[in-house]
Amino acid sequence: MSIIYILWLRQLKRYSRSRARIFASLAQPILFLFAMGFGFGPTFQKAGNGNYIQFLAPGIVAMAILFSAVFSGIEILWDRQFGFLKETLVAPVHRIQIVLGRTLGGATVAIIQGLIVFCFCMIAGFRIQDYGLLPVAAAFMFLIAMLFTAIGTIVGSLLEDMQAFPLIMNFLVMPMFFFSGALFPVKNLPGILSGVMRLNPLTYGVDGLRGALNHGFAFGVTTDFVCLGLAALVLLAVGNYFFARIEV
Amino acid sequence: MTAEKVIVASNLVKTFKDFRAVDDISFEVEAGKIFGFLGPNGAGKTTTIKMLTTTLAPTQGTILLAGHDPQRAPLAARRAFGIVFQDPSLDGEMTAQENMKLHAVLYSVPRGEQAGRIEAALKFVGLWDRKDSFAKTFSGGMKRRLEIARALLHTPRILFLDEPTLGLDPQTRNHVWEYIQTLARDRNMTVFFTTHYMDEADRVADEIAIIDRGRIVAHGTPGALKENANAATLEEAFISLTGHAIRDEQASSSDRTRTMGRLWGRT
Repeated sequence: MSIIYILWLRQLKRYSRSRARIFASLAQPILFLFAMGFGFGPTFQKAGNGNYIQFLAPGIVAMAILFSAVFSGIEILWDRQFGFLKETLVAPVHRIQIVLGRTLGGATVAIIQGLIVFCFCMIAGFRIQDYGLLPVAAAFMFLIAMLFTAIGTIVGSLLEDMQAFPLIMNFLVMPMFFFSGALFPVKNLPGILSGVMRLNPLTYGVDGLRGALNHGFAFGVTTDFVCLGLAALVLLAVGNYFFARIEV
Repeated sequence: MTAEKVIVASNLVKTFKDFRAVDDISFEVEAGKIFGFLGPNGAGKTTTIKMLTTTLAPTQGTILLAGHDPQRAPLAARRAFGIVFQDPSLDGEMTAQENMKLHAVLYSVPRGEQAGRIEAALKFVGLWDRKDSFAKTFSGGMKRRLEIARALLHTPRILFLDEPTLGLDPQTRNHVWEYIQTLARDRNMTVFFTTHYMDEADRVADEIAIIDRGRIVAHGTPGALKENANAATLEEAFISLTGHAIRDEQASSSDRTRTMGRLWGRT
């Protein structure tokens, strides 16, 4: 337990000490929030879908969590390059303890980033509809964070160096974000697009978060919770599998 | 009375596809001895260290570290040794003390003893007054000293040092060896090291094994090695045993990304 805690604490310390990283990873979601939110707002309203900021905010919070979580997982690569990973891998601890400590730490950092972006959403005019559903929103934030830290862990365990990092961002992370319903409603979409989105675990995360904050789930809270939770569990197991196979 | 054998390697073989990186080597190291493991680049030194330190499974043969088999009981074997890797393995974004604390927790040092042991180890290598500095601000020599201090925290029976003085100036190198000799003498710690500096090996090692192309080609005290090769210095003996050809090693992807990392301002 203390081993998981100390590795969790390490991730938090690294985060709080890296100002540049905090600002850099907040910039993109906030840019999306203001540019898209106010840019598409009038069109969205005219189409009869209501207030766009109100719709968009949960998607942007999910985006902040997604990016930060994947990045936390991929930090394994940095630790490998700068040697610290070896220190943990030859220590008399089980690899799963290392994975859990890192994943929980990365997920916590991602949730903090999500909460900061949420504050910006409030500034932009977002209003919580039902305070009673906040614990549900928190649960979805946690699951999104765990799921994507696990994906980061998989990528970080499989890659040898950072050269493939832009590839991962462009062909995995960005598509997952765009095809999640973070930016547009999931109803009445062309068949293929709708199918792709149904396969994307983030779709359920965004819907769950939006439902909890905004009142109204597209798929139902149970479906969202089960799909997202299962995906997170499976990916955590896969992440653990690949992490256990790292050779130093 | 025979001294306890703390490291026992028997008929170790490691093959990568059809390449025999380590080809049937055996050796024993007694408690409190300083054992130098020398060889040209690519001779099998690092592969051997990896097998001894539980990160690589031997293809054949057995290892015992203080009585523990690294393959069957990796956790017990890991508690028995401390290691200083060839490349730094510190977290630069944490202070010296935080690096030590993390190690103490990973190695289950009892909570009540952690603070005292960290202080003693940092004082031993002369870094106690820098305990709150980030590891990334340390010079190469300071990092190495911090890593030695860290490796001692869980009071291991064996200390593995992979080129501990690489890239250090002569003053720091002498300091590092002084620490290591003190440890072997006063704590009866077994030290297993590799180096490319033959004069150092000659000076500090009680026993030396020279490995080339995966096989041990000579084994004995530095004096005996020089005598057998009819050489004045260990370096001459080394060259007469391993030849003049230059060995090439490929730059690993780690080296490449480390360069990239520096561009991005990481440690």
